[in-house]
Formats: sequence, C-alpha cells, structure tokens
Amino acid sequence: MKPVDFELHRPETLAEALELLAEHGADGKVLAGGQSLIPLLNFRLARPDHVIDLGRIGALRAIRRNTDALVIGAMVTYHQAERSAAVAETAPLVSAALPHVAHQGIRARGTIGGSVAHGDPAAELPAVFSALDATMVAVSRRGTREIAARDFFLANLVTALEEDELLAEIRVAPVPARTGAAFNEVGRRHGDFALAGAGAQLTLTDDATVSSARIALTGVSAKPFRATEAENTLVGQRVDERLWRRAADVVRRDVDPAADLHATADYRRDVAGTIVERALAAAAARALGNRTGSMEATG
Amino acid sequence: MSSTHVIDVDVNGEVRRCETTGRTSLADFLRDALGLTGTHLGCEQGVCGACTVLLDGQPVRSCLMLAAQADGRSVTTVEGLSGVDGELNPVQEAFCGSHALQCGFCTPGMVLAVQALVENVPEPTDHDIDEAIGGNICRCTGYVQIREAIAKALEARSTIETVPAR
Ligand SMILES: Cc1cc2nc3c(=O)[nH]c(=O)nc-3n(C[C@H](O)[C@H](O)[C@H](O)COP(=O)(O)OP(=O)(O)OC[C@H]3O[C@@H](n4cnc5c(N)ncnc54)[C@H](O)[C@@H]3O)c2cc1C
Ligand code: FES
Ligand code: FES
Repeated sequence: MKPVDFELHRPETLAEALELLAEHGADGKVLAGGQSLIPLLNFRLARPDHVIDLGRIGALRAIRRNTDALVIGAMVTYHQAERSAAVAETAPLVSAALPHVAHQGIRARGTIGGSVAHGDPAAELPAVFSALDATMVAVSRRGTREIAARDFFLANLVTALEEDELLAEIRVAPVPARTGAAFNEVGRRHGDFALAGAGAQLTLTDDATVSSARIALTGVSAKPFRATEAENTLVGQRVDERLWRRAADVVRRDVDPAADLHATADYRRDVAGTIVERALAAAAARALGNRTGSMEATG
Repeated sequence: MSSTHVIDVDVNGEVRRCETTGRTSLADFLRDALGLTGTHLGCEQGVCGACTVLLDGQPVRSCLMLAAQADGRSVTTVEGLSGVDGELNPVQEAFCGSHALQCGFCTPGMVLAVQALVENVPEPTDHDIDEAIGGNICRCTGYVQIREAIAKALEARSTIETVPAR
C-alpha cells in the first residue's frame, strides 16, 4: 500500500522544526529514520496531514561526552552509535544491545531517538535506557523538559512526549570502572524483533561484590521493562553463579508477558529468566576483567 | 494536503533533477519516475530486503525512505553495478556462476547487500557475512549457493587487489 497524501516538511534548524510542530503537532507526525513510521504510513495505520522530517537538522546527530553524562542526539543512527567509542566506553549496555536491533539496512537509517519516541516494549533501547535511568530531553517552543526514563514510557507505544514536543537528546550517566555489560536474546531470526531479550550491567567492588546492577528486558511486558526487584537481590552480594539463578527466578516471577503467534506467555516467562541468567554471568565476567572503565561490550 | 519537492539525486553516477511528491517512496521514485525496475518491492514494510539500494554506499531499504529524503545523496541500484554494455560486475558474476538465484526476485537486493560487504568490510568473518544478508529473504535458494557466491565474490576481490601494477 501507499501512504495517504500528506505535506512533507524538511526543516533545516531545530527552531524551524519546533515552529512546524507547534502549528501541525495535532495532525502531524515527526519523521526520524522512518523504520517504524513509514511501515505505519504504508499500511495507512498512520494518516497524518503533515510529516516533519528531522533529517536535515545536523544539531540532532551528535554524540557528546560531558563531565557527568553521555549525550546522544535523537537523530544519531544505530549504525553511528555502534561505531562510537564514547558509547562503548561510557554506556556499555547500550553498545551491547545495539547489534541486536534489527538488520543492517534498518540500522543504517533507524535512530536512537526514534526508537525511544516510539516506545515499543519489544525494542531493545527503551528497556536499556529504562534500566540505565537515562534522562530524555524534550523540547518545544514552550521550552525544555527533562524527563526521567521511569516517567517517560507510559504504556505500549505511549510516551510522555506532548504533540508539540520533540525528543532532542538522551543523557546517560557514565559507568565507573569494574563495570561489565552483556545483552542476549531469543528469536526466530537474528535482526527481527526477539521473543524476549535481556541485558545486564554490573559494577563490582575490588572484592567482587556487586555494587550496582541493572537489568533490562524486552518482549515481556506492556512497557519497556526494568527488573528492579531482581537488581535488588544482587546488590551487596559476592559474585556467584547461584546469585544469577536467584535473580532469574525473581525475573520469572515479575515479568508479565503476553502470548502471541510466536510464543506462549509461559515460554516467554521461562526464556526471560534463562537469558537474564546468561546476561548476568557474561556481564560479571566482563566486569571482573575490566578495571579501567573502558571495556569490550559486544554480544 | 500534498507537497511537491524538487530533488537532485545522484543515481548510479548521474545527477538527476526531478520533481516528486512528499509521500513518494524512494523505491517508487526509482521504479516509476526513473524506470529503474530492478529495485523490487516485496513487502513495503522493511521485512524482506528486496528493495535494498545503496545510499552513499550503505545498504538501506528504499521502501522505508521518501524520495525527497534522497535529495543531495547518492543512490546505487542494481542497474548501476553492470558495465556500459551490460557486463556483469564481479558480485553479479559470482551469483551467476554459483546459481545463487532461481526466481530472481530477491536478487537485486541480495546483490547490493553483498556489494556493500565487498566494498566496506576488509576481511569479513562468517558473522559479518550473516549480518550482511541476514535482512534479505530468499524463498528459493536456501542461501547455500548465495553463501558460495559471496565466497567467490570475496575471492575475486582479493585477486583483483593483488594483481601487481605493470
Ligand atoms: C523489519 C524490521 C525489524 C525491526 N527490528 C527491530 C528490533 O529488533 N529492535 C528494535 O528496537 N527495533 C526494530 N525495528 C524498528 C526500528 O528500530 C525503528 O528504527 C525504530 O523503532 C524507530 O526509529 P526511527 O528513527 O526509524 O523512527 P521513525 O520510524 O521515523 O519514528 C518512529 C516514531 O517516533 C516518532 N519520533 C521519531 N523521532 C522523534 C523525535 N526525535 N521526537 C519526537 N518523536 C519522534 C515518530 O513520529 C514516530 O511516531 C525494526 C524495524 C523493521 C522494519
Ligand atoms: S519491499 Fe522494502 S523491505 Fe520488503
Ligand atoms: S531467488 Fe527467488 S526469492 Fe531468492
């Protein structure tokens, strides 16, 4: 199918984009990488009168490292983030998750901000940014709002962004030394949305005690899922295989997956625990091997 | 509501100035406005990869991009790979030699995905190869001959590279 007829706007500055959104936000759609929006347009599930393409706004494409945060511009593509040393060093869980997002051709166009603004609970980055307590920076002609991840993802495909607001950037606190991260998932074909995915990031003390734990899950809940209870069982404990199994059991208890064509809810629940256990073991191994803070973060 | 856009796109090495509407996809633009029907449309939702073209050398799905967004960029379609008299390029030659196509529907997208691998990745691992074609569905070949063709294309590349200059 083909999209309904719409007026396409291609602003060159953020200010211009915000003007357009203030005027057309109610019957318009923001276009980032188009890898979710264009399928919706093609199927006429979205029928906007106006489409505002952010592709020409260079200011939204930067990755910066501040003293207290890694700042990822909303229009940074997956492809660009995958190759960023700053992302690998300061946000290893993001780096570990990126290779699992879609296929190469989709990663070349799809953006970090688009994934966050779409708010799909099956997508890797919304869950990862939830677990990392990231800050979403929304801008409109009215001003700038900083929204914590826990207040940003409201329901399946629903976020706290208002009609006239753009997501401008995402801020993540950099990790300390002795941190390791890993992401793994179970799916029919690598690159498609997984049945369930799990990412873990662990920071250890010098005597191998967990000082911070973050666990992100995809495909197991109506919104991007952070396994807070499971994280709590880990903090203050010495690294130990039994610990991962205990956290996995808590995850199986806490997730609330739906059944669909691809898997039953029970299967997803069971898989969620298994992949959390694997992610924790891999993250711990990396944290133990990493004293400096710059780390290998694939897989 | 509708809009028209004048765009300058480098298609297969030739800069074309064209008018297009806001909602026209890059795929429809290539097929309908430029007559380049080598770009195939399977699903129009990003799943099959048949519509893959190279945008500034990177494989992208032309069904998930608007023609207007290609303004100022360079696009390579399967028509851009062969020589002036239709001689096949090394990747196409390898597909042909390995019987890496049956119905041919997936082939333009598959060939361009492999072309990008050959151009961009110096020493691809098995994982790199899986990644390169993992987003392209082929219902006919079972992928075995496609992998064979990729090996041949990579071999052809290394022979070309190591031929000493006379
Ligand atoms: C075959 C296929 C497989 C995929 N597999 C995966 C996968 O495994 N994992 C995964 O995470 N994703 C997957 N995706 C989706 C892909 O990651 C999308 O790129 C992503 O969800 C949206 O990013 P985008 O830049 O393409 O945004 P768009 O499609 O352009 O926009 C998505 C939505 O967000 C809004 N939006 C975008 N940017 C902003 C902004 N800055 N401010 C306000 N609103 C904004 C748009 O209005 C729209 O509603 C897949 C897609 C396809 C087609
Ligand atoms: S037609 Fe574009 S991916 Fe299938
Ligand atoms: S050759 Fe028929 S789909 Fe690939």
